[in-house]
Amino acid sequence: MLVTPVPPASAPAPDGTDVPVLALRDASFGYGDRAVVSDAFLQVERGEVVAVLGANGSGKSTLVRGILGLIDQLSGEVELFGVPRRSFREHTRVGYVPQRHTLSTSVRATAREIVATGRLGHQGWLGRSSREDRVVIDRSLDLVGLADRALTDVSTLSGGQQRRVLIARALASEPEVLVMDEPTAGVDAANQHVLADVLARLAARGVTMIVVTHELEAFRHVVTRVVVVDLGRITWQGPIDEFTAHAGELLHEHHTHHHDDELGARGHRPGLPTSGPLDPPAHRNHREERRA
Amino acid sequence: MLDLLSYDFMQRALVAAVLVGLVAPLVGIFLIQRRLSLIGDGMGHVALAGVAIGLLTNTSPVWAALVLAVAAAVVVELIRAGGRTSGDVALALIFYGGIALGVVIIAKAPGGTPANLTAYLFGAITTVRPDDLWVFAALALVVLLGTWLLRPRLFAVANDEEYARASGMPVLPLNIAVGVLTAVTVVVSMRIVGLLLISALMIVPNAAAQLFARSFASAMRWASLIGLVAAVGGVVVSYEADTPSGGTIVLLAIGLFLLVAVGVTLRGRVRSRVHASVSRHPHEHGVDCGHPAVAHGDHVDYLHDGHRHAPHEEHYDEHDQRAHQDEHEGGRHLDPAPLGRQGRKGRP
Repeated sequence: MLVTPVPPASAPAPDGTDVPVLALRDASFGYGDRAVVSDAFLQVERGEVVAVLGANGSGKSTLVRGILGLIDQLSGEVELFGVPRRSFREHTRVGYVPQRHTLSTSVRATAREIVATGRLGHQGWLGRSSREDRVVIDRSLDLVGLADRALTDVSTLSGGQQRRVLIARALASEPEVLVMDEPTAGVDAANQHVLADVLARLAARGVTMIVVTHELEAFRHVVTRVVVVDLGRITWQGPIDEFTAHAGELLHEHHTHHHDDELGARGHRPGLPTSGPLDPPAHRNHREERRA
Repeated sequence: MLDLLSYDFMQRALVAAVLVGLVAPLVGIFLIQRRLSLIGDGMGHVALAGVAIGLLTNTSPVWAALVLAVAAAVVVELIRAGGRTSGDVALALIFYGGIALGVVIIAKAPGGTPANLTAYLFGAITTVRPDDLWVFAALALVVLLGTWLLRPRLFAVANDEEYARASGMPVLPLNIAVGVLTAVTVVVSMRIVGLLLISALMIVPNAAAQLFARSFASAMRWASLIGLVAAVGGVVVSYEADTPSGGTIVLLAIGLFLLVAVGVTLRGRVRSRVHASVSRHPHEHGVDCGHPAVAHGDHVDYLHDGHRHAPHEEHYDEHDQRAHQDEHEGGRHLDPAPLGRQGRKGRP
């Protein structure tokens, strides 16, 4: 790493409690030497619920997977709790909720057995579930409303219920930030409500969350800030109210490409702050404005 | 029947069968979970080359097989971790290269005869030597300890590799560990099951246990028990009927699988008669959903508009009083509704 650290975006508080949960500075992520996401500037503070919005293939999942170290970081800086990503070892502080399809259902496993794997970071190699572990596992299942299905084989659960099992697994590690990849994809309306309730319950407890999603509707009342990703870049970020005010334009710009294509007006709508995607320096300005 | 215990070779074969039957399914469940059910077969192929080298150099074929199988396990995992599409072909090269080399060398080795080759490929009860037994016991202990020690993490990695990686677990070393445990199991099994049939004893007992077990932990225990019954039973039948032990053990395991499959199907038929699920239920019951929860046997029912809803798999079952009395008392209860239902069912 660099000997002289680049000054962070905000002045760190002396006691360390103000250290941002996540800080990206000019970060790029990808495979080999091909960057999928580049020039990413992003800072997430404690207690924030950040929605990362973008169409399929926009790079929003790559961004999050890069933050988690699942995809190579090609340049720039990524810090988790003030520690550079590459030397970050306190994995239990980050709770990852992947998309459901990463789960193997080729053998039986109960919801409880899967949630218990979230606890492994707190256990030694010789250790087995302690009393405390079991309490945390039960509480996590309870928090996502699955206490009554703890002993059910996960492969028999619905898509939304499986997603809640994965949230409970992440909660079992008692993380300080939850990172969720498309929690509502392929989930029916009834279960989307339950999921949104779960997220609201977590937000009320002050859990920091980063939620990757292609549609905001289900979580609108929980989210505090929106980050829009398009074509591998963060093109807009700001508070939820501001996003809602510009939603029409931003959504047209970034989400309903079909509609835009039909109108033949893609990327050149009047009323946007600038025409076309905003460039990174503009975000920094925006963020500093908000801080001021 | 008991006279078979008076032969030294049978005592050794039975001890070997107990070891193999217990440990092979313990490793197999992780292979199934990772969708690598056939990898044990490939390791058996490579182990044959080791056996051949042992015969050629007049050293213990067991040790040579162990070295080669473990080396293959590590290489296979490294290739898989590379994630290239050509990795699949690379595995084929290793596995077929192994068995081809084995067959050729055995033909040229001083102690190599066709009967010898058949015994290694398909297993034979007369081949377990006294010094083998100690090696097998030690190796079986390695597998037993390894699967017990690593089980939580092996489960986590095989269940969701992406999550395991994000949680900082050593994914590649753990995957290599499964490979090495597979290789060790192959070697423990080579005398009585045979190198071409080992994979079956790792997989078939698990396939049977998966039909009825309710959790990973219980599936693992049941598979081990089924493996034990198949292996010991197979050795006994092999002695009585004078059949090759490997084939007999595997056929017995498959027989147990079919028996379980039939039993589970019949049980399912009986259950479906008293099993009534709520047809459309968009609401999810929970702690604070507003519907009172009442204890009912081993589970909780939610009182919902006069119905008792019990969580079952992804849906809710109707657990109203009548249906339950019907189930518990075999319908002898003098209640018009269950009688009516039974009457309809009984009519031709």
